[in-house]
Amino acid sequence: MSTVLISGSKVGSKTRTAMEAVRKTIETNYPDEEVTLLDLSEFDLVFSDGRDYREYKGDTKIVTEAVMAADTLIIGTPIFQASIPGSLKNVFDLLPQDGLREKVASIVVTAGSVKHFLIAETQLKPILSYMKAQIVQDYLFIEEKDFFRKEIVNDDVHFRIERLIENTYLLSGTYKKMLQETEDAYDF
Amino acid sequence: MTFEDYRIDSSNGLEFGLYTLGDHLANPHTDKRIPAHQRLEEIIEMAKLAEEAGIDLISVGESHQEHFTTQAHSVVLSAIAQATEKMKVSSSSTILSTSDPVRVFEDFATIDLLSKGRAEIVAGRASRVGLFELLGYDLRDYEELFEEKFELLLKINQQEIVSWEGEFRKPLVDAHILPRPYSGQLPIWRAVGGTPASAIKAAYQGVPMYQAMLGGPASVFKRPIDAYRDTLDSLGYNSEEFPVATAGFFYAAETTQQALKEYYPHINEGMKLTNGRGFPKQAFAQGRHRGNVMNVGSPQEIVEKILYQHEQFNHQRYIAQMDFGGVPFDKIMKNIELIGEKILPEVKKYTAQK
Repeated sequence: MSTVLISGSKVGSKTRTAMEAVRKTIETNYPDEEVTLLDLSEFDLVFSDGRDYREYKGDTKIVTEAVMAADTLIIGTPIFQASIPGSLKNVFDLLPQDGLREKVASIVVTAGSVKHFLIAETQLKPILSYMKAQIVQDYLFIEEKDFFRKEIVNDDVHFRIERLIENTYLLSGTYKKMLQETEDAYDF
Repeated sequence: MTFEDYRIDSSNGLEFGLYTLGDHLANPHTDKRIPAHQRLEEIIEMAKLAEEAGIDLISVGESHQEHFTTQAHSVVLSAIAQATEKMKVSSSSTILSTSDPVRVFEDFATIDLLSKGRAEIVAGRASRVGLFELLGYDLRDYEELFEEKFELLLKINQQEIVSWEGEFRKPLVDAHILPRPYSGQLPIWRAVGGTPASAIKAAYQGVPMYQAMLGGPASVFKRPIDAYRDTLDSLGYNSEEFPVATAGFFYAAETTQQALKEYYPHINEGMKLTNGRGFPKQAFAQGRHRGNVMNVGSPQEIVEKILYQHEQFNHQRYIAQMDFGGVPFDKIMKNIELIGEKILPEVKKYTAQK
């Protein structure tokens, strides 16, 4: 099974730091899982022009095909102007309408203020559910004060990362079984 | 224009055709892919068998990307025209946006002459858009490219000497466009996606519509057809003079379960490669309901579905896609046999307008 982690911002380091911590935890606790971290600040993506995702070139093709090939997505996002960054929204725009069908998606938010807590609920989850992802309902919310010099300095955040990952793979496994059961129920 | 101009005779009942996108994919049951030359030969062979079985028409589409082999679809149609005697030869569809309408007209008028009046054009805007870059067009002109070229094509079809000016092509000044089709004009249709917004554009251009429908309720696909006819009437045309065609998945086997079982891997694996994602099994399973447009099942069930669709749409033509995703030729032959022996006679019996 494969997991793609997205660090959704071109700016700053907190989301990347959080996603690195997520990666380490997965590698330790789920050594069989194949994990890829896509930091959007390292890719040069074009804006969506409506074509099929496989017809883009270069970084755009690499990122979209990696996301489409994943079983599980963990999406890291900062909050910009009371929403997700445009760089992350563009990744969704590049994908087919139902591009997250049969994928499990969970969310990691980094934010400068607790006032942003519900942004993922009201702005990111609707996108994921529209694209037919199976969403892990609890998400991880990390504040600025939890970081110092590109490290997570609040132990509780590490515990919460562990719980998020556990919940994510619990849903992945359950969903796979459910899907298999549904498919087996058909006589063709 | 009337049904006659589109070479449709309702007294013969619903026209029944086959269509292929010319996909070139492995058979998922064996993981083997036949060579490109064999795939092309089998398409021509499919046309010949279809004609013998009484099928009215065959059409071939163009897709300029990996996993396809009929990029030069008009050349393939020309070969089919040569190999057959009675059936209509059509496109499904011709991507007009990235071709010169003069050349498209020349090709199809030639096929029409070679086939003694059996050729027609179904023009579409492309659902896979990679060909814009390949052929040197800007995807941002998607809509305008099509509309402009379509208008020019219609004009060339109506008059032999053409003067014309547009944005995407050098002007034509008293240009003599030859050859002329066998019986004066070619039937030219417009390919439509599954939405009313797409269908009414065919009405704006005053041409018959061709509706693609992969799966879903007939009641939903009725909406674009209704919108098309309403728009025609509101523009001063008589919608009763414009034929409507539908196109969709088709697979017949002795039992419905066998049909679903045999065809599903072709659709699912094929769509993964050509469209980037598979066809959900859940949606495919719903294809067995009578109200679903997917004509996959036993011959008797398919007859009932086609008649139900005819009742809903009152359309003049249905074309079936049965070769997608590496369906082996023996199964294509079996399908044609079932159509000829069990499906066509019933469909014709109940839809012929005396």
